[in-house]
Amino acid sequence: MQGQGTLGRQASAAPFAIELRGISKAFGPVQANKDISIQVAKGSIHGIIGENGAGKSTLMSILYGFYKADSGEILIDGKPTTIPDSQSAIRAGIGMVFQHFKLVQNFTVLENVILGAEEGAMLAPSLSKARKVLGDLAREYELDVDPDALIEDLSVGHQQRVEILKALYRQADILILDEPTGVLTPAEADHLFRILNGLKDQGKTIILITHKLREIMEITDMVSVMRRGQMVATVTTAQTSPEELAELMVGRKVLLHVHKDPATPGAAVLEVENLRVVDDQKVERLRGISLTVRAGEILGIAGVAGNGQSELLEVLGGIAKGSGTIRLNGKELDLTGKFSDGRSRRADGIAHVPEDRQVLGLIMDFSAWENVAFGYHHAPEYQKNALFMDNDAIRADTEKKMATFDVRPPIPTLAAKNFSGGNQQKIVVAREIERNPDLLLIGQPTRGVDIGAIEFIHKQIVALRDQGKAILLVSVELDEIMSLSDRIAVMFDGRIMGERDPATTNERELGLLMAGVGGESA
Amino acid sequence: MDYATFLQILDTTVRLATPLLLACLAGLYSERAGVFDIGLEGKMLMAAMTSAAVAALTGSVWVGLAAGILGALLFALVHGLASITFRGNQLISGVALNFVASGITVLIAQDLFGQGGRTPPLSGGARFNAISLPFVDSLSVVPILGPMYREVISGHTFLVYVAAALVPATWWLLYRTRFGLRLRAVGENPASVDTAGVSVIRLRFTAVLITGVLCGLAGAYMSTGLQAGFGREMTAGRGYIALAALIFAKWRPWQALGATMLFGFFQALALRPDVIAKTGLSIPVPALDALPYILTVVVLAGIVGKAIPPRAGGEPYVKER
Repeated sequence: MQGQGTLGRQASAAPFAIELRGISKAFGPVQANKDISIQVAKGSIHGIIGENGAGKSTLMSILYGFYKADSGEILIDGKPTTIPDSQSAIRAGIGMVFQHFKLVQNFTVLENVILGAEEGAMLAPSLSKARKVLGDLAREYELDVDPDALIEDLSVGHQQRVEILKALYRQADILILDEPTGVLTPAEADHLFRILNGLKDQGKTIILITHKLREIMEITDMVSVMRRGQMVATVTTAQTSPEELAELMVGRKVLLHVHKDPATPGAAVLEVENLRVVDDQKVERLRGISLTVRAGEILGIAGVAGNGQSELLEVLGGIAKGSGTIRLNGKELDLTGKFSDGRSRRADGIAHVPEDRQVLGLIMDFSAWENVAFGYHHAPEYQKNALFMDNDAIRADTEKKMATFDVRPPIPTLAAKNFSGGNQQKIVVAREIERNPDLLLIGQPTRGVDIGAIEFIHKQIVALRDQGKAILLVSVELDEIMSLSDRIAVMFDGRIMGERDPATTNERELGLLMAGVGGESA
Repeated sequence: MDYATFLQILDTTVRLATPLLLACLAGLYSERAGVFDIGLEGKMLMAAMTSAAVAALTGSVWVGLAAGILGALLFALVHGLASITFRGNQLISGVALNFVASGITVLIAQDLFGQGGRTPPLSGGARFNAISLPFVDSLSVVPILGPMYREVISGHTFLVYVAAALVPATWWLLYRTRFGLRLRAVGENPASVDTAGVSVIRLRFTAVLITGVLCGLAGAYMSTGLQAGFGREMTAGRGYIALAALIFAKWRPWQALGATMLFGFFQALALRPDVIAKTGLSIPVPALDALPYILTVVVLAGIVGKAIPPRAGGEPYVKER
């Protein structure tokens, strides 16, 4: 596909920083990118938005030389360019900041910056040059970071700056950022946006890949929407709305905000007092957590990943041990002994949708029906007799759950890894919710889940609340916490920084608490 | 123990530590690049046989040395193909190569010489002979240091000095050069190297081939320096002790020198039951043989600092989106 016609004429009028014409890429029978054309103006911030699996990452991998497109053309500054490998992408002036940073943890910032861009066979000249360049870049773009610090000692926000510095050190004119704010606090994200705007003012072109509509609206000039491997629209950000973008992404109308009635909380179901957890490295991960979740309410735990939320879920779910007091419906739970395991917790009426469904929630190589039985494989209805399980009963039950939760494809014998992220999550949620628990622990319910499934899972959580169940929700997505929770507790460094009412608080206030600033217990 | 006996033991220590040091540095290159290599033993054995066989046939130890390096390189190449190109399990590949080496060396030696899987004894130009360092005689009048220089430092074969020189050379290469930076990076996070536009495959192959060359030196030293000819299983687990030393040294070159000297010292002591008897202690020889492994377990258990292997070690690199 050469894309002569109208595209050709536009390109000759004003060269774009990047222009893609008719890019297609298939992996076996799966068409990841289908005839994609896009034009990115020089010195602009261009957003690319789409659900998981829409083909954004594939497209960017083609631009960075990880994959070769089956057909189509890439033009950089109006010149046709081939990008067979990452070296060529770097030479063409493209810099990439991946979602998962590509840094060497026990190297210094300087060593990471020069890696692959050394001046010669000896390191010393490269290091001293990089030190000077980094100083200049820091002054110019608010990109301060200690050049001699080890990466493993830096915060996530600073590590991301190192990635940006790496690209700028290689004299990138086009910077691609893949889901850059997923791991940042709101304040760090604001800082990142200031950096990006500064880069734009210097004439750099920035491509921002994200699934967060708010970011697109806040910082981009233009936005392109991808759906199922195709580019469905490119619009000027100022002339669109989050609702319109969501509809373009999913292909139908989507409720961005969960509809829910005010909560009618009943008696306390979960009471936690002074809960402490010390990990294998003898680091105190929970430093005296106290909280209460009542029947018929959702308590949302906000916080940047790694501040003790995972440990809280693990102790409550019976995966980790701790000290302190946990009461469920007034009965004290065993935290260290024989009855502190997951099976006892399930018997007590606690269901757990873990944060990382691929590690803790599912066995990826096992079929859906086996995964549905996990944790509940002792249930009487799954037994044929004293020795054997009744696999037919489990399969039938799985089919029923798949129908209720709209799991696609509804095939119980399919391995978990062959479902999309959203459908995997539906399998886990179906398994846990359908057991009618008193308390549901749910961590990152919509991580890596497409918008359509997010809406569905959110509805299920609210429906469970309305049946009078207690729900403890942990999420790093502030939007999700704010729209679902009846009360919000913010965790920082193993402590609860404070509790807020979602109706009266705002992102700024929560963001400060998430960064450990203010709060009543600080 | 008198000073002369002590010097004798130190002299033996240097001889016995040399193959350990060469193999340990060999393993260091591969493992620092993220390719675990349990097959040091097999490569050494292969090199010991090929170098002794070719030296016996040609009468030249230098041609033998070249053959030894080629023999180990061949095995390194197979390990590289299996674990880098075809992303196989590195441990299984290493173990398999050890088994192959154990059998094929005897088979080839038997086919060539018909002496029960041995090579004929080497002598003269077919093996490495001791080198006398300058000023040995004039310096031996200096008390303490003079005899030390004569007995322990001087009078070793060529490869002993090569091994010693490889320690600072490896340190310099690892920490002062572009190649070293990339080598260390590819063992910690190959994706960082890949996205910087550097080939992970090529870097890892380079490292694995360096490992082959150094194993070649270690094996050749065994059969043409330390001993005069090849015999069945003559490396006797030295490849594994070298791996233990590598862990003990936490994958660092100077510490590798220290660890292999220590382990060499145990081996030297095990050869002198008379010295042990004189101390009044009754230490069975097998206990001395086991010491390197016991010390390694102690280090692995985190009792003396923590040994953290290269983070990407053992994992084939698969490009991800």
